[in-house]
Amino acid sequence: MRRLPRAVMWYLRELFGENAYDKYVAHLARHHPGQQPMSRREFEWERTDRLDRNPGARCC
Amino acid sequence: MATAPTMPSSRPPVAVEHRTTWTLPKILLWVAIAILGGISWTIIALVRGESVNAIWFVFAALSSYAIAYRFYARFIVTRVLKVDDTRATPAEQLEDGKDYNRTDRRVLYGHHFAAIAGAGPLVGPVLAAQMGYLPGTLWIIVGVIFAGAVQDLLVLFFSMRRNGRSLGQMAREEIGPVGGIAALVAVLTIMIIILAVLALVVVNALAESPWGVFSIAMTIPIALFMGFYLRYLRPGRVIEVSGIGVALLLLAIIAGGWVADSGLADFFTLDKVTLVWALIIYGFTASVLPVWMLLAPRDYLSTFMKVGVIALLAVAIILVRPVLEMPAFTDFAFNGKGPAFSGALFPFVFITIACGALSGFHALISSGTTPKMLEKESQVRLIGYGGMLTESFVAIMALVAATSIDQGLYFSMNAAAGVTGGTAEGAAAFVNNSLGLANVTITPEALEAAARAVEEETLVSRTGGAPTLAIGLSQILATLFGGGALTAFWYHFAIMFEALFILTTVDAGTRVGRFMLQDTIGNVWPRWKETSWRPGAWAASAVIVAAWGSILLMGVTDPLGGINTLFPLFGIANQLLAAVALAVCVTIFMKSGRAKWVWVPGIPLVFDAVVTLTASYQKIFSSDPSIGYWANRQRYQEALAAGETSLGPAQSVDAMQAVVRNTFVQGTLSILFALLIIIILLDALRVSIKAYRGGKVTTAEAPYVPSRIFAPSGMVPTPEERDLQEEWDAWVAKHPDDVMANAGGAGATEPAGGS
Repeated sequence: MRRLPRAVMWYLRELFGENAYDKYVAHLARHHPGQQPMSRREFEWERTDRLDRNPGARCC
Repeated sequence: MATAPTMPSSRPPVAVEHRTTWTLPKILLWVAIAILGGISWTIIALVRGESVNAIWFVFAALSSYAIAYRFYARFIVTRVLKVDDTRATPAEQLEDGKDYNRTDRRVLYGHHFAAIAGAGPLVGPVLAAQMGYLPGTLWIIVGVIFAGAVQDLLVLFFSMRRNGRSLGQMAREEIGPVGGIAALVAVLTIMIIILAVLALVVVNALAESPWGVFSIAMTIPIALFMGFYLRYLRPGRVIEVSGIGVALLLLAIIAGGWVADSGLADFFTLDKVTLVWALIIYGFTASVLPVWMLLAPRDYLSTFMKVGVIALLAVAIILVRPVLEMPAFTDFAFNGKGPAFSGALFPFVFITIACGALSGFHALISSGTTPKMLEKESQVRLIGYGGMLTESFVAIMALVAATSIDQGLYFSMNAAAGVTGGTAEGAAAFVNNSLGLANVTITPEALEAAARAVEEETLVSRTGGAPTLAIGLSQILATLFGGGALTAFWYHFAIMFEALFILTTVDAGTRVGRFMLQDTIGNVWPRWKETSWRPGAWAASAVIVAAWGSILLMGVTDPLGGINTLFPLFGIANQLLAAVALAVCVTIFMKSGRAKWVWVPGIPLVFDAVVTLTASYQKIFSSDPSIGYWANRQRYQEALAAGETSLGPAQSVDAMQAVVRNTFVQGTLSILFALLIIIILLDALRVSIKAYRGGKVTTAEAPYVPSRIFAPSGMVPTPEERDLQEEWDAWVAKHPDDVMANAGGAGATEPAGGS
């Protein structure tokens, strides 16, 4: 039963991209060791601003 | 175990072989599902004389979906498309952390569903309910299985095999420049019609309703607050801010009730035309502001509400099990004289219900965005076919809600103000004397009581579907939570989420339309392609907003009632886009050596083309003024020429001139749509025949690149997939530096932990 809230939280974090930053940091650490990652703020700003150019259609 | 034992050091296989072993329990399970489906369908379709319980619709839908997903979708994926899990998807090959992102299949399913489903499946079935419950139910379930879900699946697959090409690009590459240009024009016009009609639904739901206007207006400061929170206070904390946003939203709904009872009520009581201008200003502003301020947070809010509301609805319908009031068929199915929209069952039920059965707009999402995020080819079944089945279920729930309210109330709400006069007495007189349905009656007192129960001024002529659905939902939800005391809350809750979904579509649609326009102009004037160039962005936004805004304005001021004149255009536009998508699929089938399976997209294409062209034909050539735009126009022109000052619902010369103007615009759009569909079909046919005669594979698929990763294909992994996943987990632990196995891989595995 303890797994359910955890799974829901995992799902929401994935769906809303809340763990995108963690993934990015892990990715840098693994593939580009030594490279300084962006701060969370810089990363999130860039992620949102990409939507300025590609908002993605929403259907009816 | 489908996988051979491997040496611990060698890379595990990237796919399992899906072989079916029919064990006795499995056979019994499917037999049971089939029997349940059979019983449910018999009760819905054949048993007459007694009221039907909604639960049979749920069973009929779910068992039909299960069989279709297990057998038909699987057949399409394995035999027809021959998906290949040893082949790297675009997300694996081109992963860039931006557009191309390997995304866990369950998460992608959520993304895709949130992008395809909105207010559409909630509105169409409500209007189609005027013909009775059976036409809509049959089309929603049969249509999704053989047409809608097939279209979404095929477009997703073909776009994935082409590195995520958009529908327009595929039309150009596979059919040719003529088909390509026609597809581009179709996409842009359709987008505008869809935005206008959806906005019309919102305006009709909010007009003269201070409670509704206040709650919806509050979504703007709430979204702005969320935007600033995510930008400056706690960047990236989307879930917590969405939680706060949803709480504020509920508060805004409750507060709406206080506002409606206070001195502020007049300030928030707006007529339709004022609301249109507010929406136009809002749409333009939202489209030029940076997305972080308004669009992105509103989208988070809308997604949260979407998932929550749909789950709530399913639970409520299963627990309450309302009894349907509407019969299987009303006379309107055959005589075409229904007040919500004119025209008989064929073809108009198939036009009115687009989203939920077959929706061409989905092809824009199944190409472009979603295919760039798939981890494995075989996942197209879950995402494309499964996602659309879920939307279809939403449509069934909406139909159940709309058909479970009193018929007299339903028809009073869905008849245009021109025939009811907008008063309870007028509506009752219309329903009792002119509607022409035996056994359907209502009293003015009952109408007033129904309005009081949800704390609205009136429910008469609240066309557009949203208020009707909200009444149905409020009755179901109030049975479950809160009883009569909360009926008004649930009504406005339902209005709120429908309006929220629609405004999100309007925001995003205006922006997407702006980019399409900028891109098109950019072909001759390159500067326009720079999306950050302010004058271009402003001008393009203004053009798009003006386009849908003028149609919206025309709709709300239409003396004949905007919904019943414009909704058919919305449906025709959406089904036209489906014809484009299916024509592209048929062409690709013929060019890629799949000619013997061409009936898979071919049958829905022929059906869709017949429906759309018949509807267009009737809208253009019908001599019945209630159906044919031009016939009606001529009728009003002649009346004006004869010096008459009123005709039907148009009570003044101005109103009569408005009808002449509106029918011209509507008739012209009908002709444009019909011409586009004919051009695209002929061009696709030409290319298909040529490809078939040539007998060679000439399609523009991206080359095969072997996959180096593994991911399960369905929602729940099979035992074989589980075993292989364990093998991979062990292998990854030993090879932490493997680029492919790890890239973006956090999402590829189960939720962390499991202890």
